[in-house]
Order: sequence, then C-alpha cells, then structure tokens
Amino acid sequence: MSRKISYREAMRAAMHEALTNDPRVFLMGEDVGRYGGTYAFSKGFLDEFGPERIRDTPLSELGFVGAGIGAALGGLRPIVEVMTVNFSLLALDQIVNSAALYRHMSGGQFSVPLVIRMATGAGRQLAAQHSHSLEGWYAHIPGIKVLAPATIEDARGMLAPALADPDPVVIFEHAGLFNMEGELPDDWTVGIASAKVRRAGKDVAIITYGGSLPKTLAAAEILAADGVEAEVIDLRVLRPLDTATIAAAVAKCHRVVVVDEGWRSGSLAAEVMARIFENAFWELDAPVVRVCSEEVPIPYAKHLEDAALPQPEKIVAAVKGLFA
Amino acid sequence: MTRKTPVNQKIEHRPPPPPAGPVPWDKDFALQLLLDMLRIRRLEEKAAELYGEGKIRGFLHLYIGEEAVAVGALHALAPEDNVVATYREHGHALVRGMPMQAIMAEMYGKQEGCARGHGGSMHLFDAATRLYGGNAIVGGGLPLATGLALAAKLQGETRLTACFFGDGAVAEGAFHESLNLAALWKLPVLFCCENNLYGMGTAIERAEAQTDLCVKAASYGMPTFAVDGMDIVDVHATMQKAVAKVRKSAGPVFVEFRTYRFRAHSMFDAELYRDKAEVAAWQKCGPLHTFTARLKAKDAKGGKAKLTEKEFLELDKRVQAEVAEAVAFAEAGSWEPVEDLLKDVHTPEGTVTAAPQASTKAGRAKSPAPRSGRRSSKPTSARGRR
Ligand SMILES: Cc1ncc(C[n+]2csc(CCOP(=O)(O)OP(=O)(O)O)c2C)c(N)n1
Ligand SMILES: [Mg+2]
Repeated sequence: MSRKISYREAMRAAMHEALTNDPRVFLMGEDVGRYGGTYAFSKGFLDEFGPERIRDTPLSELGFVGAGIGAALGGLRPIVEVMTVNFSLLALDQIVNSAALYRHMSGGQFSVPLVIRMATGAGRQLAAQHSHSLEGWYAHIPGIKVLAPATIEDARGMLAPALADPDPVVIFEHAGLFNMEGELPDDWTVGIASAKVRRAGKDVAIITYGGSLPKTLAAAEILAADGVEAEVIDLRVLRPLDTATIAAAVAKCHRVVVVDEGWRSGSLAAEVMARIFENAFWELDAPVVRVCSEEVPIPYAKHLEDAALPQPEKIVAAVKGLFA
Repeated sequence: MTRKTPVNQKIEHRPPPPPAGPVPWDKDFALQLLLDMLRIRRLEEKAAELYGEGKIRGFLHLYIGEEAVAVGALHALAPEDNVVATYREHGHALVRGMPMQAIMAEMYGKQEGCARGHGGSMHLFDAATRLYGGNAIVGGGLPLATGLALAAKLQGETRLTACFFGDGAVAEGAFHESLNLAALWKLPVLFCCENNLYGMGTAIERAEAQTDLCVKAASYGMPTFAVDGMDIVDVHATMQKAVAKVRKSAGPVFVEFRTYRFRAHSMFDAELYRDKAEVAAWQKCGPLHTFTARLKAKDAKGGKAKLTEKEFLELDKRVQAEVAEAVAFAEAGSWEPVEDLLKDVHTPEGTVTAAPQASTKAGRAKSPAPRSGRRSSKPTSARGRR
C-alpha cells in the first residue's frame, strides 16, 4: 500500500537507508550534523551514525568537495552535500577539473564514485546570490551524471542508483519541492537512465524538470479544462539526456514547449530544443517554444521574482500561442 | 593556542566578564555611539516582528548582540573610506549613514529601498556612503575589498577599505587568498573579523584547527588585534589603532572582534546546536545594557554620570520614532513596475561610471543627518543613486 510522505522525508529515508546498508557511505557538508541539515534532511543522523559518518565541515566548499573526491578514490562512498548550488560555485574547480575528468584522464584507471547533492532554484525571495538554477551548466560537463528528482518517488529512489554508479553523480534538489507531499508507491525503486512521462496527453508535449515540474503539471490541468491535453515529460536525468523519450513525445504531440528555470541563453532548454531539431524535426507542426527564467539576476521583491520565473500562466500562454 | 577538540565533545563558550568601568569619552560622543547601537537594536527588533507578519521575506540575519562591533569600529573610519560587509549588515549600513527608511524599504522589497527592492535584507548597497554590499556569499567580500584597496593605492587615494566578515569565512580559500594578496601588495585593507563563535550551527572549534584567528592573519605578515567585541569602548579604541596603522603603513591589518549573536542565525534556524544557558550567559555581556549602565554610573570622582535614565528614555523614544517612520516610509512605498524587470542588468550606454564620491551627496534624498532620527515619512527616494 502506498503512503503519503514529503519530499524531505523521502530524501531523508533514502540517505538513512544508504548509511544503514553500506558502511562505506558517509555524509559530509556544512551543518549536516549539529544543525540538523540546512533543510532538516539529516536531523537526528548525528546521534544515530556518529560524527565520523555525519561530518560537519567548515565553510570550505572547494576543500570538502575535493576531499569527497579523494575519499571516493580511496574506496569510500561519500555523499557530499553542498548547501546550495550557489555555493557550489566555490567548488566548481574540483567538480569540473577533478571529479569529471579523473576517469578519462587516468586512461580508465581511476573512477570517482561520488554523490554530490545540492539544493537549487529560486522562488523563496532569497535574492540573486541565493536563487541560481545552474543545472544546465553542470549538464554541460562530460564525466558527471546530473539528476533532478522532482517527485516523491525520485526523491526516495534516485540516491541508491546514484551511489551504485561508479562515476560522479550530481543531484539537484529544488528547494521549492521540499515540503511537497505525495504518495510513495510500494515499489519506489527507480533507474537513472531515462526521462518519464508524468502526464499523458496528445496535443502538446511540455518538457521540463526539477522545480518546474509541479508548475507544468498545474499548467496542464488548466489547459485540460480548455480541452488541450498536454503530455508532460519530466527529464529527471539531465545528463545524459534521454533523447529517445523526448523524440517520442514530439512524434506523439507534434507541438512542444520546454520549461526550464535556468536562464534562456545557453540553457538546458536550448539543448533539448537542439535535440528535437536533430532528431524529430519532421514531426513538428509548429516551432518549439520555451518558458525560461527572464535574463535577470533573480530579484528579492516577490512580484519581480514571480515575474522572472516560469509560472503556470506563462506555460499556458506559451501552449496557447502554439494553437493561435 | 592549538586546541584539539574531538568532534563529539561538548563545547562550552564562556563569555568574558561583562564590560565595565568608566567610559573615557565626552558625553556627546558616548551618546552618539549609544544612539547608534540603539538604532540597530530597535530596527532589527522591528524587522523580526515584520518578518513574523510576512512584510519582510527571504533571509533575515539579525545582528542583535553584536552591535558594539559595527558601531565602535565604523565610528573610527573616515567618510571617504570604503566598507564591504556581509548579509548581516543592517547595522553597518545604518552607522555608515544610510537612512533607516532606505533600509526598511529595501527589506520590504519596495523601489524606494537602497537597491530598489532587488536585494532585500542581505544586499544593502549605498554608493553615497561607499558601502559595497551586502555580500551573501561567505567570504565573497574579501577579494573585492582587496581590489578596492588596490584601486585606492594605484590612484594615490588615502582611503582604506574596511571589510567585515564572520568567523566562518576564515575557512574559505577567499580569506587566505585575500589576506595574502593584501599583504603581498601592501594594500590598505582593514580585515574585520566578527567572530561570534558560530558559522550557522558550526562552532568555531569544529571548523578551525587553529582557533586563534590572529595567528592565521599574522602568518601572512600583517599586524593583528583581538578585542572583546562586547565592549564598545575597547572596540573603538582598538579600531582607532588599527586604522592608524593602516593609514601609516598603507598595508593591511587584521582585527578580530570576539562577539556573540543573541538570535538565531536566520529566521529558519531552530538553534539545535547551542544551549539556551550559553546564550543567556553571553547576554550578561550585552553591549547595549552594559554600556548604558557604564554611562549611568557616576564618574570616579563621584561627579555627574554621562547619562540619566530620563535621557536614555528620550533617546529611545527618538529611536522608536525613527523606526516607526522607517516602517511608515516602507509601507507607503511602491513596487517597481514589472516592466522594469530587465533594467539594471547592464549599464545603459553612455553612463559615466566614475567611482562614487563620499563627499558628494548629490542625488541623495534630502535625508537628514543619519542621527537626527527625524525625517519625513513621505516616500521620496532615499537611495543614493538616480
Ligand atoms: C560560500 C557560502 N557557503 C555557505 C553559505 C551559507 N551560509 C550563509 S551564512 C553561513 C554562516 C557564516 O558564518 P560566519 O562567517 O561566521 O558569519 P555569521 O553568520 O556568524 O555572522 C553559511 C554557512 C553561504 N552563504 N556562502
Ligand atoms: Mg560567525
């Protein structure tokens, strides 16, 4: 029987399971221990697993992410939590120049079985330095896998295959999802290879991921009331992209909207569009359109922040534009 | 002192003895500093209340408990000096002379705020008083303070740059790289470390192998000072020495202010990591009540006290009125039109981007001297620009 839990509880259960089942797994990051986790994901873990495995770090993103890479090379299975994607920029060198490159640079001798988790996204009036959505940047880098769990099931299920993966996996958890509740199915095991259809439809394919998924599903409901049945594709795995599922949705619906909280220029949405043009161009009945964040640092004031981000109304308008 | 603290060991942070003894300043100056501490305190108490009402949103980091640092330190600077601060910067902005109205309106997200409501509590900027943020990336301000000092040096200016940051920032590479650069190039930077013993929930003993922060700074070859940050008299005196040293040597100086944050890290913090008793013990050193008590005490010769209870209440009334006006100003403020969303991402062509001049207050609203506490609550622009 399925049961109702929150995204936070799902993520917490996933980490708890990993820590319980594999002594090589440990959690490391800023305030994961005594503070109870910035978002309370690891509350109580310190008492249960002890300070060696629930390791509070200094504010040294470059240092502890790099140490995670080293620990992975040395035989452990670290889960490194970077508080938010914004601060991951201080660790970017280690992620891009070490974690992503070691396997190839060493001629296949050294793999880095590391999981890096970070909160991402805007929508809570935290202003420009705390509102980035840089998933698209990370998805640019060969050598790492990039995941974006956007459902309860994925929050519960994605960590295990990420930890089992012999290469570095970066998991983006959109902070707007943490309090979301939903049914966790009995079998919540998931893979990390493909996109998923979250809502079946025939008139338009809306392709999205992460924090934009609930907004897109909300838009789909509004459209349904107007007689437009949208198929909603959750990319889930941002690198490598599941081109087949994308192309299949295009072939089914012939009209496409891509929704991405990243800024438009050079976005993941742009990559999705490029794949559509490469793989499903002749299936299209209309130009592919995007709903992305406006190209402005995310403002603090709520009305401006709302205006800067993808919203259900914007998605609805974009879809309607395709039928105009 | 290198201290080995096993990660699972309980850590106690014992406060120093509460600040006491005569205040070696004339009455006017003493009351000015008291007033500034009170302004920060009342502004932030109000901000916390408004946060509860949903008027202020996002992150709000209160400085309550640490006021002696910003007030004592910033009163040792000259108007032409630069200041770089963190997300816990309401006090710094206020003491440097940003009108309280502009701060409050910014926290409301109104366009009359110092940054048009773009930044909120964490991103107070003011060209007129040379406040370069409001930086919410830990350690982010240090390299740019170093660069501001480099610019001053290369242009033959005498201004120094005071850079405020927390103990947590000391663990970042940016701290070490900046101190090294500033020392190597002999740049006039005053590195002001507000050591409140915690970076979010992480006690300094769990973050630093070497908890004597002056030792670190000294290793880059710069003079260092450590001072009781709860004692405004010591803070100011030490900062004056430090400022004099920077001006004389034109090289960097490091000052550690040992202080304590009375409130949670931010409005989201459940404070699981420290005992209420520890906070209570430190509250005995509270900068406001200890300084007030010292001013109310008769001087050594049994002469007049610098402050009477009546004067204190009057001062407080003035401050409360200033806060009320700031709130009224913010309430009456307006939202930036959504059509302007993409404005200010790039500088419009033809704009002359000269360095701001602290002396010219042109373009600044007719904001009264920051300490007058009296100003119109009509929402005219309180920003330093446009
Ligand atoms: C690079 C970076 N990492 C993490 C954070 C999240 N964060 C914000 S404030 C803070 C604690 C900083 O402590 P400290 O420097 O001592 O300053 P305090 O808050 O005590 O004034 C943390 C971890 C951040 N803003 N920037
Ligand atoms: Mg601190």
